[in-house]
Parts: sequence; structure tokens; C-alpha cells
Amino acid sequence: MIWLTWRQFRAQAWVALAVLAVAAVALAVTGPNLASMFDASGIVGCAARGNCGALIDAFGYQVGHNAPDNVLDHLGPWVLFAVPSLIGMFWGAPLVTRELETGSFRMVWNQSVTPARWLAVKLALIGLASMATAGLLSLAFFWWSSPVERVSMARMTPGTFGATGIVPVGYAAFAFTLGVAAGILIRRTLPAMAVTLAVTAGAQAFMALWLRARLIAPVRAVIPLSSAVLSQFDVSPRTGRFIVYTGGNEPQGIPGAWILSGPETITTPAHVASQACIQSPALVPRPCLADLARLHLTQTVTYQPLSRYWPLQWYETAIFLALALALAGFSLWRVARRG
Amino acid sequence: MIEFHLSGRSGVAPYLQLIQQVRQALRLGLLREGDQLPKVKDVAAGLAINPNTVLKAYRELEYEGLVAARPGIGTFVTGTLGGGPSLAAHEPLRRDLRRWLAKARTAGLDEESIEALFASTFHESAEEGIA
Amino acid sequence: MTAVVTTEGLGKRYRTKWALSDCTLSIPAGHVVGLVGPNGAGKTTLLNLATGLLAPSAGTIEVLGGRPAAGPAQLAKVGYLAQDAPVYAGLSVADHLKLGVRLNPGWDADLARDRVTRLDLDPRQKAGSLSGGQRAQLALTMATSKRPELLILDEPVAALDPLARRDFLSDLMETVAEQEVSVVLSSHLISDLERVCDYLIVLIASRVRVAGPVDELLSTHYLLAGPRRDPARLPAGQEVISASHTDVQSTLLVRTADRILDPAWTVSEISLEDLVLAYLSQDKPKRDPHRRQPHLRQRPHLEVQK
Repeated sequence: MIWLTWRQFRAQAWVALAVLAVAAVALAVTGPNLASMFDASGIVGCAARGNCGALIDAFGYQVGHNAPDNVLDHLGPWVLFAVPSLIGMFWGAPLVTRELETGSFRMVWNQSVTPARWLAVKLALIGLASMATAGLLSLAFFWWSSPVERVSMARMTPGTFGATGIVPVGYAAFAFTLGVAAGILIRRTLPAMAVTLAVTAGAQAFMALWLRARLIAPVRAVIPLSSAVLSQFDVSPRTGRFIVYTGGNEPQGIPGAWILSGPETITTPAHVASQACIQSPALVPRPCLADLARLHLTQTVTYQPLSRYWPLQWYETAIFLALALALAGFSLWRVARRG
Repeated sequence: MIEFHLSGRSGVAPYLQLIQQVRQALRLGLLREGDQLPKVKDVAAGLAINPNTVLKAYRELEYEGLVAARPGIGTFVTGTLGGGPSLAAHEPLRRDLRRWLAKARTAGLDEESIEALFASTFHESAEEGIA
Repeated sequence: MTAVVTTEGLGKRYRTKWALSDCTLSIPAGHVVGLVGPNGAGKTTLLNLATGLLAPSAGTIEVLGGRPAAGPAQLAKVGYLAQDAPVYAGLSVADHLKLGVRLNPGWDADLARDRVTRLDLDPRQKAGSLSGGQRAQLALTMATSKRPELLILDEPVAALDPLARRDFLSDLMETVAEQEVSVVLSSHLISDLERVCDYLIVLIASRVRVAGPVDELLSTHYLLAGPRRDPARLPAGQEVISASHTDVQSTLLVRTADRILDPAWTVSEISLEDLVLAYLSQDKPKRDPHRRQPHLRQRPHLEVQK
């Protein structure tokens, strides 16, 4: 049965290996260059010298204008998000539907192997191959992008989280077993592929947009307002209060965190605003800053800190692996019930 | 080694056709004592018929004493057919038959009527014989 | 004699339609059994139940003393050739044999290889590019090389040209002679069954209408021709299967264990094909206005579904 699984999976395995090889080559060719660019940028140790902002901007500019790096940097996450769906569509859905559509299940399920054992071996071997493929891609991209990641610290954000670490492995297992189950229920290849794609993408989106934020209770913190995040402030015509804006600047002190809500804009009682602030509301001159600092203004932010990256990765992966096991069990039950 | 053939149009059951062909071969000397009959599986394959049909024919021939089956080896001819004494013993029957035919023609029966009369009487008496 | 397949009130329902109902059979071993019936009569359903690809909705079925597809040991005893001889188009002939070796503990590799050589199949050729006859032969190899006790074939020659058909049946008979395996094969080509089957089952409208050894069926069915007679007036023990009348003459197909003694009848034997046709047409109402109904007629009470 192991031989048969391999023999029938052979062509698809070659495709996967080819994709991995192309990815490996692309990343290996550009990776060392990227790493050396990072080393040369002087960002390491910039905190002590206090010029991180400028260096980071410069490095970002370099990466953005180096075509291969830029392409890979943007393409990588897309590829990693897509791979589970592709695995589900091309490895999972046709697994049973091809046999049903060609009638070959009537031949192979009459050999001295029960349908349940036939499916169990295929689920196990191709499932492992799916997880390995996704895992290797994730690992390769992680290695390649570590210079960029050190700078951007974006891995907690929804657009990146699902493409890094071990969750792609969980997604791949889920999508594969989902494809198999869909094939068993729907019995035709194309509809099963469509359903697999829709549900896998939907599950990834649902996780990113809603569930992940609630897996661990978010931190709700009150953060002192620092001058670095101020962009402008205004006077409210109605109440006469000052409104301080932080623009798109992230609150200080929680680097790499995933901001879920806030920060709220802060208002001040009008009477404590200083003359310095009133005079030039569009800019924020030093005297005004000094006055605001004395007010000890704070922001209220809800977020998931960077330190929760790995716990969230494990939880999410565990959820998808559990779903994959449930789908596999369901598929085995359905197939065994026929006879 | 003789080869069997089947005629789908003869109206005779396949196993009877096989028996007839063996008898005919014995009469003509194509099969002699000690010769082997074709193997059951070869006959079944060659004619695309059920092996049990072939076995039935061979068993009947064995019952008549014409062949003997040797398990694991094959079926071999043991007896003979035709030959002088039996034909001579039938000479009186042949004369009786000629006399009867003359009577039938005198009675005005044509060829087909004679055949029909003979066939129906033959079948009747054959069934009585079985029952 | 032991039975290879025993069913008791077996039935299979798809949603609201019964594809097979109230099927009670005992198929003896050591025969080549022909399963005959019109399309949709339930032949494929019965064979699928016997191989375990379907589970019964009603009644029971036992194959070689065990439940169909109950486990690897049971699967090893039954060889199955499905309709249209499905194979893996992308795998070569040799790959199929390897599949057989790997998946069947009882696989006879020498037997399989000899068959492939004898049939002139190129081991390296992909199964998808084989002709219909060759595919059927490959599928038969897959079914027989594990040395089963029972072979089940679903319309094995329906899609083959006459030469391929003859070759296939010839090969099948040789296998039966060599391996002493019981065979159940379904077909709607009665002429093929006549040569190879020695046991017949007629399935009409999802029910078994006739079952028995061919010899016995042929020797108990007679075609009676004679002056016009009301079939109901025949002696008890003579079951009228079909009857047709003109104003002066009646022709009846009769089943009886006794001899026909009435001299008014001209009695002839009947071919297997005519016998089966008579049973098949029994259910169809004829448009002859002079026709007197014979005894109990059974109309198909449900739409037939394959």
C-alpha cells in the first residue's frame, strides 16, 4: 500500500519538489546578499547610537528598490498563504474523487486491502508530505527574511502571521484532509476543489480577522504618551479642548505588537494647554512638548504583544491539526461504511 | 491429438457433439487405443465452453467404456468402436428397416412424412425408455 | 454442495427506489453462473452487494461463508471485475502486477506473469492506451491472480468486439478449468451465456424470476404447439410461462417436471435464449387483442434504476 501511494503520488511529489527547488534557489541566491546588506546598514547596535529611525528607513529603501528582494519579500507571504489551499485542491480533493470518477475504486478496493486501510495509508503519507512541504517553505522563507523581519517586526500582524512559523503546517494538514473529505462527500473533482479552496481560505481569513485575537485575552494597557508618537493636535471648537493625534505612529514601548484597537485619541482640558501649544497647533514645538509631558498624558491600547507570537502559533497550529484529525477520522468512517 | 468443433446450428447439445466427435474419430481410426484426448482446459478454452460440459462428455465416454481418466495426467482411449463383428450383427436390423421403408413408400408416404413418422416414434420410445 | 453466495430476502434501496428486492438465492459452488436480466433489473446491484461495495438495506447476504468485504481474508477469496474493466490509466501493466503483489498476500506472481505473456500484453505499456479487450484481460488478471474461490464479473464483454469477446470468454474458461473457481457473471447477451454458463439466474424488475442449473431448466421447459387451448385448463404441475394464440392454434411455453403425455401437443425443446426471452417478455403486456392472459403476471411496480 505504501508503494501504491507513492506510485500514484509520484507526479504530484515531483511538482512539489520542483516548487521547493525553485523557491530554494531563489531564496539562496538573494538571501546572503540581503543578509550582508543588513549587516552593512549598521542597524545592529543602532539603539545605543540613537539613529535607528534613519538607518531603518535607509535599509527599507534599499530593499524596496532591489528588485529580486522586493519581489520575494512581497511574494513570499502570498505563496505561503496559498500553498495550503493548493495542497488541498490538488492533493486532497482528487485523492478519492479520481478513483470514483474512473471507477478504479472497484478494482483497488477488491484487492485484499480494505477501503479504510487504503485511505489511512494515503492520508498518513500524503498528509505528512503536505505538512513537510509547507514546513520547508516556511522555514526557507523565515531564514531568508530574518533581516527584514528584524527591522519591520511585522510577524504578529494578520498579513504575515499566517505565513510564518508553524501555522502553515497546520493549514496544510487541514486543507489536505478537508480536500479528501470534500471529495468523499461531493464525489466530483472540480466541485470538491472549489469547496476546498473556499473553506481553507475562509478559515485562514476567519482566524486572522477574528479568532486569533481572542485565543489569548488581549492586553489592555495604559501607555504613557511620548513625544515621539505625537503628530499633531487640534482644538475642538465645541468643547475648547485640545485633541492630540498620534497619526499612524505606534505607541512606544511595545515594539512588534499587534494593535487590536486604539489608541484612543487623547483630550486635554483646555485650561491646561499651554500658550506654546495654542500658538502653533499644526506643529508641535518643543515648549509645547514639555508642557504636555508635564501632564503625563496616557493612551489606552488593546494589543497582543510580540512575546505571544509562539504561544499563538502553537494554539493555532493545534486547532488546525485537531480539525485535520477530525476530518481524517470522518473520511475513514465514511469510506469504511460503504462496505 | 484430435480437435473439437461445435456447430451452433445443429440443435444438438454441446456435450453430445463432443461425444459424437470422439466416436467418429474412433471409427475413422483417428483415435487409437492409448491416445490421449485433448485436456479439458484446452477444449474449454478453444471452444469457449464451460469445462463442466467437457467433463460431462468425457465422463459419459468413460461410462461407455471408451475412455479412462487418469487423475493429474489426462483422459486416454481404452476401447474401440466400429469394426466387423458389430456391423455384421446389425445386418438383420438393416434388412428389417429396408422392408419397413418399402412398406411406407407403398402406403404413399413421401420422404418427409417417413422422416416425421420415424422421428416422432423414435422420440416417444426414447422417452419411454428413460422414464 | 456448498453455496458460494447465499442471500435471504436481500434488498437494496436508493432513497425511495428499490433496486433489488426480496432476493433469496443459494448459488452452488463449482459452476459458472449466468446472471441475466434487462438493464436496471438489479444485476449490478446484486453483484455489488456480493463484493461488499454496497451494504444491504434489507435482508442478508453471505459469500463463501462470510460477510462481503468483511476484511482482507474475505476480500482475498473473491475476485471482482467491474463493468468497463476499470484500471489505472497512468500505471503500466507491470505496475498493475506490482500493485497485485503488494496488496494481496495470496498473489501468485508466476501465474500473473504467465498470463500477461500469453496474452501478449506489453508490461511497459500504460493501461490507458490498451484496447478494450486488452483492458478486460488485464482486469481479469488482477481478479484471478490472487487465486480467489469466487469470481464476480459484471457485464465483462458488453463493450467488446466479437473477437475480443470470444478471446475473453475462452480465457475465462481456461482459468475456470485450471483454478477450479466458481464464477458469477452478468450479461444481457444470452448467446454468450449459453456456451459458458451451467447455472442460470434470471433477474427481472429487481426480483429473481428463475434460478437453476441450465441442464435442468432446459429439460423442464417445453414448447407446446397444438390446437387452441385455454392455458388454465392444463394439468396441475405444468406452469405456463408464456402463451400466444391465434384463432385456431396455441403455442405455450411450459415448465414442468413431468412428461408431456397429451398427444395433441407437438413438443419441442427450447434454446436457452428463447427460454430467457420468454421470461423477460412475461412482464411486458402484449398488444395482441386475441391474447388471453395466462396466469399471474407481475408488472414492474417501480421504475427500474441501475
